[in-house]
Amino acid sequence: MDTFVQQLINGLTIGSIYALIALGYTMVYGILRLINFAHGDIYMVGAYAGFMIATSLGFAANPSALGFGVTLIGSMAIAAGIGMAIERFAYRPVRKYSKMTTLITAIGMSLLIEYLFVFIFSGTPRSFPQLLPNENITLFGNATISTSQILIFVVSIALMMVLQYIIFRTKMGKAMRAVSFNITSAKLMGINTDFVIAFTFALGSALAAAGGVLTAQYNPKIEPLMGIMTGLKAFVAAVLGGIGNIPGAVLGGLLIGAAETLVVGYGSYVGIPSTYRDAVAFAILILVLLLRPAGLLGSNVQEKV
Amino acid sequence: MSSWLKSILIGAAVIVVLYVVNAMMSDTGFFGVGVDDYQARLLVFIGINIILATSLNLINGFTGQFSIGHAGFMAVGAYSSAYFSVTYGRSVEASLAGLGDLVASSVVLLIAIAIGAAVAAVAGLIVGIPSLRLKGDYLAIVTLGFAEIIRIVILNIDAVGGATGYQVPGYANFLWIGIFAVITVLVIHNIVKSDTGRALVSIREDELAAEAMGVNTTRYKVTSFVIGSSFAGVAGALFAHYNKFLSTNDFQFIKSFEIIIMIVIGGMGSMTGAILGAIIVTLLPELLRGLPDLQVGATTFRFADLRLVIFALILILTMILRPQGILGTAEIGSFFKRFRRADKPTGGMKA
Amino acid sequence: MTRAFLTLALIVSIFSSFACVQKGGNGGAADTGDTIKVGVYVDLTGQTSSFGQSTKNGIELAVEEINNAGGINGKKIELIVEDDQGRPEQAKTVVSKLINQDKVRALLGEVASTNSLAAAPVAQEAKIPMITPSSTNPKVTEVGDYISRVCFIDPFQGSVMAKFAANTLKAKTAAIFGDVNSDYSKGLTQFFEEEFTKLGGKVVAKEAYTQTDPDFKGQLTKIRNLKPDVIYIPGYYGQVGIIAKQARELDMNMPLLGGDGWDSPELWKLGGAALKNTYISNHYSAENPAPEIQNFVKAYKAKFNVEPDSLAALAYDAAKVLADAIKRAGGTDSAKLRDAINSTKNFPGVTGQITIDSSRNAVKPAVVLELDPTAGKFKFKETIAPEGSAPSAAANTNSNSNSGMTAATNANSTNSYTSANTNATK
Repeated sequence: MDTFVQQLINGLTIGSIYALIALGYTMVYGILRLINFAHGDIYMVGAYAGFMIATSLGFAANPSALGFGVTLIGSMAIAAGIGMAIERFAYRPVRKYSKMTTLITAIGMSLLIEYLFVFIFSGTPRSFPQLLPNENITLFGNATISTSQILIFVVSIALMMVLQYIIFRTKMGKAMRAVSFNITSAKLMGINTDFVIAFTFALGSALAAAGGVLTAQYNPKIEPLMGIMTGLKAFVAAVLGGIGNIPGAVLGGLLIGAAETLVVGYGSYVGIPSTYRDAVAFAILILVLLLRPAGLLGSNVQEKV
Repeated sequence: MSSWLKSILIGAAVIVVLYVVNAMMSDTGFFGVGVDDYQARLLVFIGINIILATSLNLINGFTGQFSIGHAGFMAVGAYSSAYFSVTYGRSVEASLAGLGDLVASSVVLLIAIAIGAAVAAVAGLIVGIPSLRLKGDYLAIVTLGFAEIIRIVILNIDAVGGATGYQVPGYANFLWIGIFAVITVLVIHNIVKSDTGRALVSIREDELAAEAMGVNTTRYKVTSFVIGSSFAGVAGALFAHYNKFLSTNDFQFIKSFEIIIMIVIGGMGSMTGAILGAIIVTLLPELLRGLPDLQVGATTFRFADLRLVIFALILILTMILRPQGILGTAEIGSFFKRFRRADKPTGGMKA
Repeated sequence: MTRAFLTLALIVSIFSSFACVQKGGNGGAADTGDTIKVGVYVDLTGQTSSFGQSTKNGIELAVEEINNAGGINGKKIELIVEDDQGRPEQAKTVVSKLINQDKVRALLGEVASTNSLAAAPVAQEAKIPMITPSSTNPKVTEVGDYISRVCFIDPFQGSVMAKFAANTLKAKTAAIFGDVNSDYSKGLTQFFEEEFTKLGGKVVAKEAYTQTDPDFKGQLTKIRNLKPDVIYIPGYYGQVGIIAKQARELDMNMPLLGGDGWDSPELWKLGGAALKNTYISNHYSAENPAPEIQNFVKAYKAKFNVEPDSLAALAYDAAKVLADAIKRAGGTDSAKLRDAINSTKNFPGVTGQITIDSSRNAVKPAVVLELDPTAGKFKFKETIAPEGSAPSAAANTNSNSNSGMTAATNANSTNSYTSANTNATK
């Protein structure tokens, strides 16, 4: 029993990170119908931004809540700026072209960020400094949880609540919902769609960066290619929950994280070796798309003619 | 000239050219003139990449489906054919020893290629039937996922080397690869010009309208996917038997993306564009190796390591400035049409 | 028809854009010019680029030292470094380029055995000697007589830790947690298991991770249930530091064992206090007071502003062994150079006394180090020499220093090893 609980905690920790990144995918897709391939790399950029802030401002030496807060907010701000720049200079010019063109641009953007970071920082993994003291808490029996895991849960939930507030309680959120419903009508209603789209990218990128910093507290190894697999799995999470659906992205993230860890923990009893972990996410994606393409919480939308 | 005579002449000319180039790669060269092994290798990769690009172009460019997992099918073809020639190659060769070494090894290679193509086609069918119900970017991500699953599965099979890699006998040479590149181009050219091809293009232009006109879109989509996959398998088989070494590290996302870049730069829906793209993507990174280093204080910046960054930039800029690629859906030959006399019938190569 | 000819013309023009070379009589040893060209191929932009970077640094340092000391027989070494993106296909291509276009006389490269295995036949066919600093798979040097290495092979290192676990730590059960993508890890796993079972132990769990895994607790929780006496983690420092940390978070306090892939200054930052009660096998210890080791560590830090890891040390040695061989061969005639490399005997390298045996593998004793996270240092535990070592190997390790690793070796056998199992020192 305690092993199962332990595996669940492990899975949900990773799941929370996937959820944070999935939110960015789902918002951008909801508005532009674009899979922002570079989003996983923004998660990496966020971790590096946090690393630069924490080391240059000297938070690494003495762990404190203030240091963590400044690092988190700072890296979210930097990532938001980069997300907006990517939208402005790469995605906006191709928005009028076909879906395939925008998707290829996104793939290009992803490669550009990855290899630019490899060039600048080299592929050498860096260790992210511990910004808050890390303690181990025993729940019952053998089941333990570390404070960095609790931190991931708490910050993720807080950020998701903020996001929910922005989308459903503010004017900007209303504009975002309008643009995602129908971009042309939104424009006709006097909404500055370009600004709304830029804001969406900023919001999604900031969440991904938060995911990057939080992961780095839990698994302090950062490297330029860390966003590829995590980003893809977060995308799967967004699809699983119903793309364009905010609570769906959170649910999807948690489910993917849990499924992955349970396969690692118990897969070998049913003949799935733990090395198939990455394949599991994709298998789930394929099953979802075939059985319920709209995702768990998404509503079925007929393709417009 | 009658058209069949023309075809034979062109075919003979192509074989002669390939044979001469192949001879130039040998130790003695072609009458003393030759290319070195590095240049030979690049020429071979141009050939393999032409097969990959034109076959992906059938799926992406002509049918309008978006697959970004082509390397997965290449891997299937490579590993299945290699498994055959490693396990049975020697015994088949021995049983054919009476026909001479050249014939025996050619037979083994052809069987291996056939196996690679068939297994990749089956994989294409298994992947295609469910996924092609999806559209656009969903299809893209599913093909990407399948390619990764294929890679992980192969990585876990110790019989084909696992993480260490798989040593394969080197039956293929430039002549074989060149012939198969030409065959691939011709077959796909003919498919595109056939009724099937028109159905495929109609799906690309407007799937709903095509369906309304009575085109069985699912069937045609799966057909083009399976044909494209099987040629990727051929490319994989040739790669395996030329490179003599397989590793799952050669079939990661980046390989699929490279093939995408080939057809995107050249122009999706253009045969010559795909060929042009294959040539550019093979040669450009090698040319960029010549970029100089820059010494700033204690650190050295190796601009040669910016190859992939430059590649990504080219991709993005192509999309922004010329989203249809260099050629769009046009062919190189059609640029020369304007120089022709108006009264001459435009037929071109029937092949 | 016109179009067909135009297409043909296009193809022909592409071919003619390649500079045609005169064939026949492969040039021989063209030792013109006043530099000796040495090609280096490593991963500088791919997923293993951190290994490539260290390797490149180590080689550059060695070459700088050699050139500053006047070069070899008056000639300086000119390095040509190419990036292979960590892809075997590319490794083969760049080695072909280095040999055919840059006309290098010797090759140093690849960390991952997969890449070395892909590229080695090219070097063998062209008769260009290649020394791999850190490809540990036995198959690599089996490619041919022009391929050699300066690192351990997997069977030796795997069995060293198995012996240490069974004999010194008295472990009865072990779990293995390896990297599925790395042939190095798979090799060590296999030979650790074989030896450990032979010594009467039992491997209760074999789990695997990939380098991109965001966490390892899933596999660790599974291992925890089986309560092994030790966990063998044959991986690279980027992952093992985190694995150690997460294991300790799960209250798994048994000894963790590893190989030379752990050795990096980053390990301390990644693993922290969790690295207590862990042991690794290694070629050398950076804390060894021997002057050649301390000079290397100091020079490396001065040049690159980081501490060297084991890959950098091995690369440094590979370059030095090559330079020594060129000197002894009196030039770069490929057959003479090959013979010179293959007859390397007791070369005093940073990673121990290197002797190249008849299978072109380096024979040198391994040291087992205990990790001391509070000081951020490796403490020498014991030396385990290849079978057939002179008994004096044991005598060298009775002091409190780590001089044991300078033990002379004269073994030729690489297939079986016995432990000299010398005195542990604290």
